Amino acid sequence: MRSFVFPEFQIIRDEEKCGQCRACERQCAFGVHTYDPVADRLVSDESKCAGCQRCAIFCPKGAIVVRPSPSFYRPNASWSREKIEDLKRQAETGGVLLSGCGCDKPFRIYWDHIVLNASQVTNPSIDPLREPMELRTFLGAKPDLMDISAEDGDVQIKTELSPNLVVETPILFSAMSYGAISYNAFRSLATAACKSKTYFNTGEGGLPREMRDEFGKCAIVQVASGRFGIDAEYLNCAQAVEIKVGQGAKPGIGGHLPGEKVSASVAETRMIPAGTDAISPAPHHDIYSIEDLSMLITALKEATNYEKPISVKIAAVHNFAAIATGIVHAGADIIAIDGLRGGTGAAPKAIRDNVGIPTELAISSLDRRLRDEGIRNRCSIIAAGGIRCSADVIKAIALGADAVYIGSAALIAMGCTLCQKCYTGKCNWGICTQDPRLSGRVNVEIASQRLSNLITAWSHEIREMLGGMGINALESLRGNRDHLRGVGLYEWELDVLGIKGAGE
Amino acid sequence: MPRIRRSRRELYNKEICACSIFGAMNRDGERFSGAGVMKAIANMRVRGNGLGGGFAAYGIYPQFKDYYAFHLMFTGKSPQAKLEAKMELEDFLSSRFDVVSDEEIPHDEAVKLRDPPLVWRYFLLPKEGGDDSGLVRSEEDYIVDQIMAVNARIENAYVFSSGKNMGCFKGVGYPEEVGEYFMLDRMYRAHTWTVHGRFPTNTKAWWGGAHPFSLLDTTIVHNGEVSSYGTNRWYLEMYGYACTLQTDTEVIAYAADLLMRRQKLPIEIVAKILAPPIWNAIDRLPEKERKLLTTLRMVYGPLLMNGPFAVIIGTTGRMIGLTDRIRLRPITAATRGEMFYISSEEASIRLISHQLDRVWTPDGGEPVVAELNSMRKVLL
Repeated sequence: MRSFVFPEFQIIRDEEKCGQCRACERQCAFGVHTYDPVADRLVSDESKCAGCQRCAIFCPKGAIVVRPSPSFYRPNASWSREKIEDLKRQAETGGVLLSGCGCDKPFRIYWDHIVLNASQVTNPSIDPLREPMELRTFLGAKPDLMDISAEDGDVQIKTELSPNLVVETPILFSAMSYGAISYNAFRSLATAACKSKTYFNTGEGGLPREMRDEFGKCAIVQVASGRFGIDAEYLNCAQAVEIKVGQGAKPGIGGHLPGEKVSASVAETRMIPAGTDAISPAPHHDIYSIEDLSMLITALKEATNYEKPISVKIAAVHNFAAIATGIVHAGADIIAIDGLRGGTGAAPKAIRDNVGIPTELAISSLDRRLRDEGIRNRCSIIAAGGIRCSADVIKAIALGADAVYIGSAALIAMGCTLCQKCYTGKCNWGICTQDPRLSGRVNVEIASQRLSNLITAWSHEIREMLGGMGINALESLRGNRDHLRGVGLYEWELDVLGIKGAGE
Repeated sequence: MPRIRRSRRELYNKEICACSIFGAMNRDGERFSGAGVMKAIANMRVRGNGLGGGFAAYGIYPQFKDYYAFHLMFTGKSPQAKLEAKMELEDFLSSRFDVVSDEEIPHDEAVKLRDPPLVWRYFLLPKEGGDDSGLVRSEEDYIVDQIMAVNARIENAYVFSSGKNMGCFKGVGYPEEVGEYFMLDRMYRAHTWTVHGRFPTNTKAWWGGAHPFSLLDTTIVHNGEVSSYGTNRWYLEMYGYACTLQTDTEVIAYAADLLMRRQKLPIEIVAKILAPPIWNAIDRLPEKERKLLTTLRMVYGPLLMNGPFAVIIGTTGRMIGLTDRIRLRPITAATRGEMFYISSEEASIRLISHQLDRVWTPDGGEPVVAELNSMRKVLL
């Protein structure tokens, strides 16, 4: 059937500059560029282009420009080009539209409507270049109050403490499974997490055996509805266990790993046959209610000898705050809350773009809800979904999060350009693919350095902003909405965020 | 616990102010008039702007030492409004307490202060069976709940002092004027005095916003701005402390109450919670201390008071000076014989005690503790 869809991108090759080196041809796994030996020139099939910019960036002559195609349908506020083309594709295939990365729709990005405070006169700002500025964060349950006995200066702590994760900066790598991303990308995240004294999350695809000794100390392992790759050693080699109930990109459904990406090594790690689709069930079939979750939490605590905090990751949906409260009562030590803009390797586009609520609102309601219930100490909140820069991190913390997970941001640090073709397994940047020719493009040493640099840079910026507010320890900003003001928000939005308008 | 009502948006207006603080204690428990501390605080007049001053005095009501002394402030535009608030308050008290004595707190009409409220004191004990909440709790917890209830619910009525054998006096004006207004140099003798002169940045100063802040016999005079206010506040609200007075000093008072009275933590530990050492220092300590300090920061992180502060915490028999962890607002401590002084400035101490045995500036986060040599004198 002839497709009625325009190419999304236009490729302009400067023939003056082009040296016919065929680098673009080698770089593009989608097969956009081909060499025509007769004409001694390269030609492009724009219809295959994902707009990932690999060719443009790797062209040694800078001869290629890839830009959105200027072709248009008659402008129509209701029928945007995307709507028309999605519809055509479905008419041509009869299938569910898949996509990768997070929701790209113009829902309000609250981060960009929140401004931060700084000290003037009455309270000195603190210079992070000269004074200590502390970002160390503990993730896990804390006792309400401590029982301490003090006799003649000898102080004994009687309260038994729950296990906590310690991070030197409140930024963790979000769950991205081996299988969804390449071995090298996965290993880069692990390496960077250890180097930056934070944690990476294995996602639901298991942790390759050979990585357990070296990287278990900075790993959070996930238990998802597919139960891929789980054994006692997997649970015990890590520092925390996360039960994945939902994901911001696709609340209500499970993970999708197409068979094309299930290589022999992925299959071994996931403990499934090679080449089969790894489709996680939508719910955990042993969790149909809160008491079932409580049993799974207890089972995991038993399996790990009560030595590791248990996290529960849920997508931010309408009633999530009440649900999260239940999850804390069920014994979770950490709640990871993933918002509307959370990324994914593959999700039905309809779900990715329409289900869930923005992280910013979610963090604030969850923090408030837990405080109102008087159980905020009993868990930590890790916020995920749409964190793009250090300012987003600091705003998340002031809204009540203990730390954040970054997913897309970490991938971008490794080269990702959010072309949304993760589900095809043809990632030209070598991140979201199992094709050894492509995944070799991620050099673990360089990629982990880029990731560490990102964490270092953001941590520096967080210290700068914190010092400006006259705060020298991150714990003094947690839930401290006093340091936030909203600009251009409706009253109800300010209410949910719990912040005043700018100038108020 | 009183229900803390708050609009979904946290629309409190935090007052910002800078200040002078002074404290004097006779460690033998000998009581002395307020004249000296009034003179000392007057010497730091430039640190205030006449929009707030106050005193805490310990040992002033020996004749009623077994009763809680509630100092009430009834505000309102007209005398009628003040009396209405008073009636509402007395209605509230009568069902919960046995009031053994009450009177207007005497003041000197000749001293002109701005908008003085009606200030009244009640000596009382909880009524037998007055606590109908069904909760098993200490008498003090019960009293605290009632104070929170009054401050949060009864418009125009504020309990600003509630301990036994002690009292706070505060108002809008320079501290020495407030002292004269309440005739502290003539009417009262205390073994411990703490004083505060205030420099709020906004002009709408009100009497309730002056220092000291107190809960039971714990009083706080504070100089500084707590940049962690929002965090401290939500933590304390989880434990039933209604932050109604819109100042950061209030959170220090409640934190001190929570940690010292309810949790019975020693002051050395409390200081390490409010102004903990930096991680670099903690990580270098021997294992046992490191574990203790790490645990304290982990559990009580939300009570870390960030930003510049110097504070004098008073309790019966104790006076504690503390500065923030990086000493942005230093204090000076001094002793002379049995007298113990803590002040924002050394000059004020020298003014009332020219000769001193020892003068020092404590490190950030290091508490200075003045204690009565014997509690017998004040308790019996």
